Amino acid sequence: MKSSTKEAIAAYGFLAPNLFGFLIFTSLPVLASMGLSFVNWDLFSPPQFAGFNNYMNLFRDPAFWKFCWNTVYLMMAIPISMAGSLLLALALNQKLKGIVFFRTVYFLPTICSGVAIYMLWKLLYNPDFGLFNYVIGKIGELFHLPLRGPSWLTDENWAKPALIIMGVWGTVGGYNMILYLAALQGVPRDLYEAAEIDGANSWQKFWNVTWPQISPTTFFIATMSIIGGFQAGFDPAFIMTGGGPNGSTTTIIYYIFNNAFKWHQMGYAAAISWILFLIIFTITVLKWKFFGKAVYYY
Amino acid sequence: MAQDPKIERLKRQARIKIQLKQFLAYLFLAVGALTMIGPFLWMITTSLKSPGAVFSYDRVWWKDWIPTQFVWQNYVNAWKAVPFARFYLNSIFVSICITIGNVITSAMAAYAFARLQFPGRDKLFFGYLATMMVPGAVTMIPVFILLRYLGWIDTYKAMILPGVFAAYGTFLLRQFFLTLPKELEDAAKIDGCSYFGIFWRIILPLSKPALATLTTFTFMGSWMNFMWPLIVINTHSKFTLPVGLAYFQSLYTTDWTLLMAGSLMMILPILIVFIVNQRYFVEGIKLTGIKG
Repeated sequence: MKSSTKEAIAAYGFLAPNLFGFLIFTSLPVLASMGLSFVNWDLFSPPQFAGFNNYMNLFRDPAFWKFCWNTVYLMMAIPISMAGSLLLALALNQKLKGIVFFRTVYFLPTICSGVAIYMLWKLLYNPDFGLFNYVIGKIGELFHLPLRGPSWLTDENWAKPALIIMGVWGTVGGYNMILYLAALQGVPRDLYEAAEIDGANSWQKFWNVTWPQISPTTFFIATMSIIGGFQAGFDPAFIMTGGGPNGSTTTIIYYIFNNAFKWHQMGYAAAISWILFLIIFTITVLKWKFFGKAVYYY
Repeated sequence: MAQDPKIERLKRQARIKIQLKQFLAYLFLAVGALTMIGPFLWMITTSLKSPGAVFSYDRVWWKDWIPTQFVWQNYVNAWKAVPFARFYLNSIFVSICITIGNVITSAMAAYAFARLQFPGRDKLFFGYLATMMVPGAVTMIPVFILLRYLGWIDTYKAMILPGVFAAYGTFLLRQFFLTLPKELEDAAKIDGCSYFGIFWRIILPLSKPALATLTTFTFMGSWMNFMWPLIVINTHSKFTLPVGLAYFQSLYTTDWTLLMAGSLMMILPILIVFIVNQRYFVEGIKLTGIKG
């Protein structure tokens, strides 16, 4: 046998288990999902061909647009959290003692994320005895003001800001801070020295040296966060608000879940998931096209 | 060096400036740390209060943070309220199966993509890359239908198998394998080492950091995964911890002392693992962040 044939056989052998799973659980489902989006199917009666009806209905569905808006609104947490991550990383980069301690503490919310944390925050937001309104009340006492916190998760106007605050708390000291810290440590020293010789102050050094140098990291974090943001929001809303009040915390993924697994509208759910895919695909392409190069040669 | 008073003064000013900067940085970091820890402290306090004490504040502020009586019984009650031990075992079993399966199959595929020549290699790899952009929501529905067709709904298989074959692991390991020096393999090949031998004795031992990273992230991802077990599992005895905890919450909606005791019991093991291994987490994040 030729050695190249032997190599190819070995290669397929190594690939086989993963490729098999990849075909069954990823590539075929992607195609199947495309097909599903053109039928009406409740899982129990036979599927019926619906043409583009699912997509047409989707564009006329006010709930869908509302949930899209919710999803985008909740992504306000991203820039806030990124700015916080950068500030923390800048502070940690001052060659201080105890970096490991602080880094560990900031990482706690990321490590413990999940259902337990959402339950904790539901308690924190409790209007009568949660930590938030407790602190607001204490501040009121201090200044002799009749301060009263909102009812957070049960108030349509406050539920989204509540989730944003929790999101910032949960991500500010996690992966992004560590990526920023690594980026800051990678900025060449001589750039700062050159800036100092030119008489730059700290502020100027930050904007003219640090910020451009870490822009690839900023770009990376922003892209990943936005792509993640469009698919986010199910777990916290399911535990804390059930998507309410009045649908104000239902996101796109939550709507897909409800359509597929609560109301058994498989075709409609598949159509929404394809719109979601389209959004993510467009953002990825656009960002690379318009900002990809500018970041590096700023 | 000349003792020029002018230089001395400038030096002193610079020192003070640095100290001031460090002080401000510490202050900022300390406030940040308090914000991070505060909710956890509230969680611990609540889990130890007597049920009635949750609903009232004390006149002395620190008594709201340190209960006068420590009610350890809350933990016993929470543990008994739902089969937590069973949820733990389920979570451990499912997460370990997913992690082992994912790391092994990803490493094998990554070796083929990084080191072996075969027809269709680049096209196939492009296919892997392309699907990484596809949101999980797209595949979720057909996979559910497939599992239902196979009669696997409400089984461990349904929780484990889809998690094993994530394309991300293959991508991460391939990128790492490409950075390894080729000379060792060439030498091994001359000595008559088989492809499997090269993979097992050279590639894998050299890739410990990448393998550790993938193991950690895959394990944590499946340990935290809430949505998928929620979709495919109906029987209480097969719940993983997150789903079990949500179920616990639905039973004891306002029993905050119990709920917080239960939540803490879920967090504790992962917290210990993190504090012991935190160095690897940090290295791992840097490793996965490189691709940007």
